[in-house]
Amino acid sequence: MIDFLQYDFMRSALAAGVAASVLCGIIGIYVILNKIVFISDGIAHAAFGGIGLGYFLGFDPLAFGILSAVVTAIGIGTVSSRSKVSEDTAIGVFLATGMAIGVMLMSMSRGYSKDLFGFLFGNILAVTWSDVAVILVLTLAVLVLFAMLYKEFLILSFDPVYGEAVGLPVRRLRLLLLCMVAFSVVVLIKIVGIIMVIALLTIPGTISRQHFKGLPAIMAGSILCGAVFVTAGLFISYQLDVPSGATIILTAALAFFISALTSR
Amino acid sequence: MTEIVSIKGLWVKRDGHTVLEDVFLELNEGDFLGLIGPNGGGKSTLLKVMLGLIKPDQGAVRIFGLEPVQARKFVGYMPQKTLFDPSFPVTALEVVLMGRYSRAGLFQRYRPEDRKAASKALEAVGMGSYASREIGALSGGEQQRVFVARSLVSDPKLLLLDEPTAGIDSAQQTEFYDLLCRLNRKMGIAVVLVSHDITAISKYVNRIACLNQRLYYHGSKELTNEDIEKAYGCPVEMIAHGTPHRVLREHD
Repeated sequence: MIDFLQYDFMRSALAAGVAASVLCGIIGIYVILNKIVFISDGIAHAAFGGIGLGYFLGFDPLAFGILSAVVTAIGIGTVSSRSKVSEDTAIGVFLATGMAIGVMLMSMSRGYSKDLFGFLFGNILAVTWSDVAVILVLTLAVLVLFAMLYKEFLILSFDPVYGEAVGLPVRRLRLLLLCMVAFSVVVLIKIVGIIMVIALLTIPGTISRQHFKGLPAIMAGSILCGAVFVTAGLFISYQLDVPSGATIILTAALAFFISALTSR
Repeated sequence: MTEIVSIKGLWVKRDGHTVLEDVFLELNEGDFLGLIGPNGGGKSTLLKVMLGLIKPDQGAVRIFGLEPVQARKFVGYMPQKTLFDPSFPVTALEVVLMGRYSRAGLFQRYRPEDRKAASKALEAVGMGSYASREIGALSGGEQQRVFVARSLVSDPKLLLLDEPTAGIDSAQQTEFYDLLCRLNRKMGIAVVLVSHDITAISKYVNRIACLNQRLYYHGSKELTNEDIEKAYGCPVEMIAHGTPHRVLREHD
């Protein structure tokens, strides 16, 4: 274990992973409770369009990724509430379009295949300390927002129909939630990649719900689960010399199946 | 007598279809209105107009003499069958507290008096000892009581209940109607109860109206067979004890 932490890239990877666990521990609970798992996955995939654009133009791909994730979040929210396209159809369209744009733009740039791999499957070892700082700031912002809007998000998640009747700004809160998902998802792309992001948002929260009662306790448990999976996954991937993102997800998946089998 | 609801010449159209046509309705303090009618007849729409969630295309709607949106703080609402995840991690007390949202306001935390009001509302519906139980662990009837407590916790003067007894058994239904009756008589809360079941509610209400796009209402507890046939668009077989003409009179 000591040996594993002697490298600076391991320490920054671990710091990023634990910070991200706090972020997805909280956001993940709301994703599960609001049943927006598929939307969140769509947002993650659509972010790839922005990443491709940033990559093509030679700017920071993740900044563009956040931009396209937010646009997608607002797009899905607006298209499905304004037109006759159902929400899951809108997600399907945005998801595939984003991926296609990303692949197209990246193939027109140099160093295509290596970086493509990193975005799709994550590369936590390439995380820098400035990335860690970005994740920490984002996590703090999300914590403050959810603390301030705790009762609002509880009503939104539990019973939005009633919320609307008592004057809760349901649509705006939902968009805010989707935007926070968009930000988080892009941060998580660095760690486990676009394709596996959704597992980090859903597995810790689901396990925690099987063992804890009350929202604050469930959130704490979810954060703890996430931190354990990231740390264990990182350590195992270092020992076995296998891809870190996949190892983190497999660790989480294993815990999920054990928890599902034992909690019945 | 204070006028609580005043609806005059209300028209609502959605996607080109007329949902409500020239509806007139007046309710006064202490009234208990049973609103019946076929599915898709506009019952939920009428409640939503009273809550200011749907804007009328034509006509005047006043609740306590105010615009519906401004009157919301005096109105308790229970939506048609609250669909929620039965394993949602929230206690009965937390659900009731949601009814204090409009008093607490955006970004504000619930204050001690909000919690006190929530406990009192749970007591009022006989659920005081269930405050810290998770909502999903309660029976259907108990859950409905919690939702009534949620609609009561803001001290409303008017309760709008949209098919509150859907999905609960008949023993629990009777208990539930008795509870509404107590709230109506003892606390003087006016009630609008949307229901499918005319015979079940006729014992409790003092006014009855039938809605199918148009509202058939005589400001009384009686509807003629003709009214009901018009509203439902076909002869309806009534099971009642009275003269065939005045279906509900014998139920007092």
